[in-house]
Amino acid sequence: MVEYRIDRRSGVATYVQIVQQTKQALRLGLLRPGDKLPTAREVVEATAINPNTVLKAYRELEREGLVEARRGLGTFVRRSLGSAPADSPLRAELDAWADRARAAGLERDDVAALLTSVLDQHFPHDHGKGDTT
Amino acid sequence: MTDTAIEAAGLGRTFGGRGRRSRRALHGCDFRLPTGRVCALAGPNGAGKSTLLALAAGLLRPTEGTVTVLGTTPAAAREQIAYVAQDKPLHPQLTVAETLRMGRDLNPRRWDAATAGRIVADGGLAPDAKVRTLSGGQRTRVALALALGKRPRLLLLDEPMADLDPLARHQLMGALMADAAEHGTTVVMSSHVIAELEGSCDHLLLLGGGRVRLAGPVDDLLAAHALVTGPHGDLAPHTVVESRVTGRQLTALVRPRGPVGAGLTSSEPTLEELVLAHLRAPDAPALTLTDAPEEAAA
Repeated sequence: MVEYRIDRRSGVATYVQIVQQTKQALRLGLLRPGDKLPTAREVVEATAINPNTVLKAYRELEREGLVEARRGLGTFVRRSLGSAPADSPLRAELDAWADRARAAGLERDDVAALLTSVLDQHFPHDHGKGDTT
Repeated sequence: MTDTAIEAAGLGRTFGGRGRRSRRALHGCDFRLPTGRVCALAGPNGAGKSTLLALAAGLLRPTEGTVTVLGTTPAAAREQIAYVAQDKPLHPQLTVAETLRMGRDLNPRRWDAATAGRIVADGGLAPDAKVRTLSGGQRTRVALALALGKRPRLLLLDEPMADLDPLARHQLMGALMADAAEHGTTVVMSSHVIAELEGSCDHLLLLGGGRVRLAGPVDDLLAAHALVTGPHGDLAPHTVVESRVTGRQLTALVRPRGPVGAGLTSSEPTLEELVLAHLRAPDAPALTLTDAPEEAAA
């Protein structure tokens, strides 16, 4: 469960703050697929903001495919953000590869250059495309 | 079921008959408040806020025009309205518990004892404390407990937060918002402290001199205005609400018609800036915006 902290002086629209804080919780793994978001009632009771603001934020998260509203049950997380969690097999493979690179006598900068060239080959022109929220 | 909480047409109220001493508190008010909104009722002292609330509550009769509440007359809608007057009238000799029991007896079909009890308990009020021994803020809490316990469809609150400490203010505003979220209650509350309503209210009704100055959804009203700053110059064709010149620098609140001119920077005002600009400029033209239809996905 997340708890929203609304900063009325930030100049950021309140519903945007809820969207951003939800995304942050998804990235950090504080919210995972299947988890339930707090109800609008729970959020407004704690924050004293307007209920329609919470619903607007949840609609936005739903539009982005991150959560889904189940009628009468609540709003649930559909997918997390950041698709490579720390314990994924991909990371283990990369870890093993880095071990071999070091054993072959490569320095940190050599490894970074190698990695960048492979990244550029597989993910061309992808710089800064990721969302910045 | 109607989707209109309050509708006023040419609504007005004059006090003191037709004589020399008569005073026109409200005149020619037209507006519509849809159900499920939390409406801020703002305006300077003597603007007619309390008169409007009392008319909607059916405690005063209009001397001109009509007011419709939940699709009927205020008198016929009485069971579905809760009204908390500015002076929070309660029976001073009753205890807190007796006051809530009275609420239950007066509203036998609707009474929500759990909600009323929680609001009182959150304030740490002893059930056997007599109302006359309570502070102003504690009385407000009991009055709001009575009002919410009635489980109204329309909640009319005249300066509800004025004598509350910051914690109680936050708690009770949270309780009001929770009630609105759970039951779709329409809330109208008057206040002088606009910053405190920002974030909680999604609708604004600004009165001035007994007339409607601004009415509509807060987001739409803010979007219809721009705070512009830049070198002193002509602001036509925009509608100017208020403008100030300091040296060569111009600061103005306008209702833009078309793009704001070159050399001017423009930003959306806050609710407080919008209201203050209109209070400083009592002759600025009125603006009423009607609600866009609800989005399909709720």
